[in-house]
Amino acid sequence: MFQVRIHGRGGQGVVTAAEMLSLAAFSEGHHSQAFPSFGSERTGAPVVAYCRIDDKEIRIREPITEPDALLIQDPTLLHQVDLFSGLRPQGYVLINTSHSFHELGLDDLYRDHRKDRLVTLPATEIAREHVGRPMPNAALLGGFAALSGQITLEAVATGIHGKFSPKIAAGNIAAATAAYGYVRQQMEELASA
Amino acid sequence: MLSQIEGSKAVADAIALCRPEVICAYPISPQTHIVEGLSALVKSGKLAGCEYVNVESEFAAMSVAIGASAAGARAYTATASQGLLYMVEAVYNASGLGLPIVMTVANRAIGSPINIWNDHTDTMSQRDCGWIQLYAETNQEAADLHIQAFKLAEELSLPVMVCMDGFILTHAYERVDMPNQEQVDAYLPAFEPRQVLDPAAPISIGAMVGPEAFTEVRFLAHHKQMQALDLIPEIATEFQEIFGRDSGGLVRPYRTEDAETVIVALGSVLGTIKDVVDERREAGEKIGVLGITSFRPFPMLAIRGVLRHAQRVIILEKALAIGLGGIVSDNVRNALSGITLKGNTVIAGLGGRAITKVSLHKLFDEARADRLERLVFLDMDYDLVQREIERTKQQRRSGSAAENILRDVGVVAARPA
Repeated sequence: MFQVRIHGRGGQGVVTAAEMLSLAAFSEGHHSQAFPSFGSERTGAPVVAYCRIDDKEIRIREPITEPDALLIQDPTLLHQVDLFSGLRPQGYVLINTSHSFHELGLDDLYRDHRKDRLVTLPATEIAREHVGRPMPNAALLGGFAALSGQITLEAVATGIHGKFSPKIAAGNIAAATAAYGYVRQQMEELASA
Repeated sequence: MLSQIEGSKAVADAIALCRPEVICAYPISPQTHIVEGLSALVKSGKLAGCEYVNVESEFAAMSVAIGASAAGARAYTATASQGLLYMVEAVYNASGLGLPIVMTVANRAIGSPINIWNDHTDTMSQRDCGWIQLYAETNQEAADLHIQAFKLAEELSLPVMVCMDGFILTHAYERVDMPNQEQVDAYLPAFEPRQVLDPAAPISIGAMVGPEAFTEVRFLAHHKQMQALDLIPEIATEFQEIFGRDSGGLVRPYRTEDAETVIVALGSVLGTIKDVVDERREAGEKIGVLGITSFRPFPMLAIRGVLRHAQRVIILEKALAIGLGGIVSDNVRNALSGITLKGNTVIAGLGGRAITKVSLHKLFDEARADRLERLVFLDMDYDLVQREIERTKQQRRSGSAAENILRDVGVVAARPA
């Protein structure tokens, strides 16, 4: 089972991101389970959503405490929430930011973790360009596909289509595609460094 | 067709396939997505021949359902928590009048303290209201149970409550094999009421009954509900023939054949328990789990049949009978009358506290070592409780327990100004 935890703030499409990811995984024949952390949702409040992916029925119903991947939609949460709690040693981390891990004050994580599992991605900027709104969720899923290889970019597009009207989906798919390319390039640079 | 779908949407679509004629509901978390989904289906014309009535309260929702059902319409509503309590007077009337209304309850805790998260306190409070109560383990089962519920309700002329865990199921996206209209039409015939209010042939229902006949009328309500013990397995078998799925029934045993320890539970937590059972089976422990799908009527014989060969039964329940302990436990013990085995009541998941595999393993380890008390509160912070008990001993006006505890756990909003 592959478990993804997504952190963000109310209004950033965190829950939708988990749902799109589950739709993407389903479209490739996997079992998948997406659910939000349940609370009194309000704009700006920290929000967590979860997605499990497996090749057999997923029966477990508890929140994900040991994620294989962390998607962080809002880096300002770094100082508010224990985002890396339970992260698996080989786990993937994708942060929506135009800063580096060093600039975010994450030197310890960067030193101790596999470098090819850590990526930053300016998802909000990419979304502004392709969606016209600062909604980083679709771009992050594109980046996640590139980083982890758990799902394809085509599946991400299917997931986006499942949640949005064709017109809005098109912009989000463009954002996911751009993010996919960005992360692939980062990983190639790392591999050849 | 296999769909990756939100639980609420799956239920709304399943209800629509049952061709309801009146839907009346008042939104309340975590039921909201279900009735929003149905309202959209009516508005768009996809659900034709159905009137969606926006009501001003849950009491009105159940009252409209009663009127609609009495007039011969297939009626549906949904609620949760405080909403269920608010409609209680009408809930009893619906069953007393023998009206086959189907209602979803998206299970949620009851205040005070107010809490929007999942447990079973709401529906457990209505266990004796005369409705049939079915509990869903997965979203697949939630969808399937609603289709079975209309058949069951209309055959017996009794209302059916389908209980599904709020948020955990209602807000979860997972794989559901959605039935199609042809299948549902083949399974569920048009509603032919056993009684109907018709201006062309006027009758009255809902008479006042005095001591001379009240006991007899109440006995008949019991007698009627007990018939569901035969009917529920029958309609589940018919369901399997048409839909190809084993869904519903009275109880669902899992790896109980040779089990020395059997866990009993209701609803979505069964999934997590099954994973734990598999892991412990691999380590050689003879352990199984019994899911109760039909809590009312209570399948006494089916439960007795599964548990009678066990050495220990652990009843894990998401509600607390204050002043007693466990509600499900009390019922299960009744089913085990005359059988001696070790029993534990575990109160778990209250107000949305996650029930984790780690905690369940610890719990079952304790049981195996015979160190488990008769009544256990899973993952409760005993120090926190003790501090508040001490405060109440030391000070007559020690303040509200809820606020004091929040302050102790460091929730910011609870700090004094």
